[in-house]
Amino acid sequence: MKIHEFQAKDLLRTAGVPVLAGRVARTPDEAAEAFTALGTPVCAVKAQIHAGGRGKGKVQGSEQRGVELAKSVDDARRIAAGLLGKTLVTIQTGPEGQVVRQVFVESGCAIDRELYCAVLVDRRVGSPVLIASTAGGMDIEEVAAKTPELILSEPFDPDRGLGGWQARLLASKLGLPTASWRHAETFFKKLCAAFVNLDASLLEVNPLVLTKDGTLVALDAKMTFDDNALFRHKDVAALRDEAEEEPAEIRAAAAGLSYVKLNGTIGCLVNGAGLAMSTMDLVKYHGGEPANFLDVGGGADVNQVTEAFRIILSDTNVKAILVNIFGGIMRCTTIATALVEASKTVGFTVPLVVRLEGTEVEEGKKILAASGAKIITADGLTDAAKKVVAASKA
Amino acid sequence: MSILVNRDTRVICQGITGKVGEFHTRGCLDYGTRMVGGVTPGKGGETVAGLPVFNTVAEARDVTGANATMIFVPPAFAADAILEAVGAGIELVIAITEGIPVMDMARVMPVVQASKSRLIGPNCPGVITPGECKIGIMPGYIHTPGHVGVMSRSGTLTYEAVWQLTQLGHGQSTCVGLGGDPLVGSSFIDILELFQNDPDTHAILMMGEIGGSAEEEAAAYVKAHVTKPCAAFIAGRTAPPGKRMGHAGAIISGGKGTAEAKLAALADAGIEIAESPADMGAALVRAIKRRS
Repeated sequence: MKIHEFQAKDLLRTAGVPVLAGRVARTPDEAAEAFTALGTPVCAVKAQIHAGGRGKGKVQGSEQRGVELAKSVDDARRIAAGLLGKTLVTIQTGPEGQVVRQVFVESGCAIDRELYCAVLVDRRVGSPVLIASTAGGMDIEEVAAKTPELILSEPFDPDRGLGGWQARLLASKLGLPTASWRHAETFFKKLCAAFVNLDASLLEVNPLVLTKDGTLVALDAKMTFDDNALFRHKDVAALRDEAEEEPAEIRAAAAGLSYVKLNGTIGCLVNGAGLAMSTMDLVKYHGGEPANFLDVGGGADVNQVTEAFRIILSDTNVKAILVNIFGGIMRCTTIATALVEASKTVGFTVPLVVRLEGTEVEEGKKILAASGAKIITADGLTDAAKKVVAASKA
Repeated sequence: MSILVNRDTRVICQGITGKVGEFHTRGCLDYGTRMVGGVTPGKGGETVAGLPVFNTVAEARDVTGANATMIFVPPAFAADAILEAVGAGIELVIAITEGIPVMDMARVMPVVQASKSRLIGPNCPGVITPGECKIGIMPGYIHTPGHVGVMSRSGTLTYEAVWQLTQLGHGQSTCVGLGGDPLVGSSFIDILELFQNDPDTHAILMMGEIGGSAEEEAAAYVKAHVTKPCAAFIAGRTAPPGKRMGHAGAIISGGKGTAEAKLAALADAGIEIAESPADMGAALVRAIKRRS
């Protein structure tokens, strides 16, 4: 789960990680009020969307950037008006962009140097790791690809936390003045503790700023959370902003389905995540474009399958649907019965290609044949893909 | 011969009194697996599927001589169940549970690494040596005894591959589900080493997916250490970056973990690539022919 920058900063402030004072605004007037209340000569007005690259991103049809500095109340009002309700396009949003519903007005600080740091789980080491670099404010993936020697990393045990010596080692390698080391030690240790205590999957601070008075401040903050751990963080789960998410994905999650919307024309309904991804690949391999990823899971019932079809059909780009089931624990008879039920209640408006294999496959096929439902059956993966691609183009 | 499990493996089920645990315990019994008991704290003395239930893994091990466990404990308590099995000295710990928090696994990993236990999973279908022992949720009948070692990060995709192999007349020595989570107990490399050293495994088929770098590491290992024919498929060529594709571990982030990078590394290691999921069995046959 993703959250907004201002929410991440609230969490960090609570965890004792230094961040600047700021206020959220949902109207230009609120932004102006925030500027006055913060009382610093300069404020940053920052669009709040669930995507990065805001500083370089532009509002559709204007020169308005996603992050700008305001030097007066009027500046703050003008920038907020240029962002709120507008569509911001960044390298991470794709060309369709994302609507800005709120801005974060944040007080300024005197910047000496911009750095980078992030905490994430390193799959190879099997533990969380703190990453830092002198290449702050830049595209970190590009830094990692071109100059990997600039990326420093320190793995740490979740319960022991980051060692003071590890923080000092990073401070030294980052070239921080020794007068700032004690401060850096606190900053890094608390950042790592926040990551572990909140069950985050990513905590990225880019840029991390060394101020003129020698302290470290998280100037930006991006946090994502482990969905599997949200059950023990009700406060974090409450930060979910559904306006930032695809409505069909929210609906699917409520039904216990795993769904990701894509831009193609062939809807896919599959059991198992790996097979679902592979089915998308197969569609593409045979010249079609998948409209979605959808895993109904191993134990889906008639209600879930029906809801899955409704979700797929709610996407108006869908021209044909491919059902690919390898019955293991899930019996083909169950899915066939669900298909027939769904075809009655949902009412298919596009061709439906079904490939069944595995447990009780023959009985499943008989149920489909006897139902009289308009279903194109397929033998094997390749046959199914060819038939659904042809149907989508008919 | 085979790897990890065979007809002598003595298996308990942690979470046997739950609906899912009981269902799959029966499935394993039906397949012929030597299930010897189960564990649910507080339910010791009960009987499920004709098997004795114990309060602790240590007790179950002492009484039954179990050397493997299959875990169906709910996600919030599963990490603790893994640690209990490791603490009791169970040699093979297979965690089927899906949805364990990553930080819980980060706490489990060093304990497993410092122990003599081997962990498979979590979020995996399990391990099967066809005709001898099935530990997990895979449908037994699609498998045939033979000489192809199969390993994968995904369940149903493995069934698909095994089915293709069986239809092409290639049986399997052992099939291992590694699991779809970011942190799992055993990697492709761990299992590659076992397959390479198993005289009964003549070729290896692996199914990877987007996210992480386990496939790239496996490719490097194959290049350096594996002499047997290998074929591979990577799921998720069409997956967009930044979106989690069902499995917690299947996400392209920061330009890393793409299917293209993985396929390039595998091809560079001389591994035969399956172009589509319909081509997995055939790719393995090509890999064998290339060597003969």
